[in-house]
Amino acid sequence: MGLNSALVGRVYRSPDTYEVGREKIREFRAAVGATEGDDAPPTFPIVLAMKAQEAAVLDPDLGFDFSRVIHRDQSFRHTRPVRSGDVLTVEVHVTRVETLGANDLVALRSDIRTAGGEDVCTATTTLITWADTP
Amino acid sequence: MTTPTAPRPATSSATAATGTPGTELPERRFTLTRADLVRYAGASGDFNPIHYDERVAGALGLPGVIAHGMLTMGLAATAVTDWFGPAAQVAEYETRFARPVVVPPGEGVELVVSGRVDAVLDGARTRVVLTALCGGERVLARARAVVVTGR
Repeated sequence: MGLNSALVGRVYRSPDTYEVGREKIREFRAAVGATEGDDAPPTFPIVLAMKAQEAAVLDPDLGFDFSRVIHRDQSFRHTRPVRSGDVLTVEVHVTRVETLGANDLVALRSDIRTAGGEDVCTATTTLITWADTP
Repeated sequence: MTTPTAPRPATSSATAATGTPGTELPERRFTLTRADLVRYAGASGDFNPIHYDERVAGALGLPGVIAHGMLTMGLAATAVTDWFGPAAQVAEYETRFARPVVVPPGEGVELVVSGRVDAVLDGARTRVVLTALCGGERVLARARAVVVTGR
């Protein structure tokens, strides 16, 4: 029932594309207090990335206790901002699976591209479970 | 060196105020209430109950309902984009979530974001180191952004 480090290198492709809507960007901008400009804020890709990452973190092969997970690290590298009308795909790579003491750590890299194959953003997420208190 | 930076017009390149290493960027204060957590949950699709349900948070050993780490990171990004103006683009942005931001019911809690220009990497790329404080404690660690200006 432990964490399965053999999953490092596994790739999960989102079965569907994500079409970025103008009102979705506005909703996200309002939620992070952004008032200027029209592009999606720098952290917007987490909306797609998190959705796509579910396939990995909930994969029974991985053995990760998702009910006790906190977000430890996050990074974004943007080739360009996400814009309304973009049709995007996400490819999630498992880059690290490790047990640190009583905590399980999983790192995922989400490559976000347009349906046409143009790079838009790479988001890297590290999740960790906690034993008792974080 | 510590002149606050106003948003710049679309044609400007790196400005004197944001383009010099050591420049302190003006503090931004955000109030976070439970309503803000619900708004972010809806906008992001992250409905983990630790961000709105006291009992779930408590049962998991958390000190209370906590903000999404990505909300804190998103607010700090807003400070960055406001410092550099709408023409600038954030090319890189990273952080570690050092401490949970506990959001009590009612008036909520205040998040204070400040920044310092760490390096000018080349003509149009500026690296900023960010500090995010809640109750005087750092909630983000190693938070930095690389901003491309003058496009």
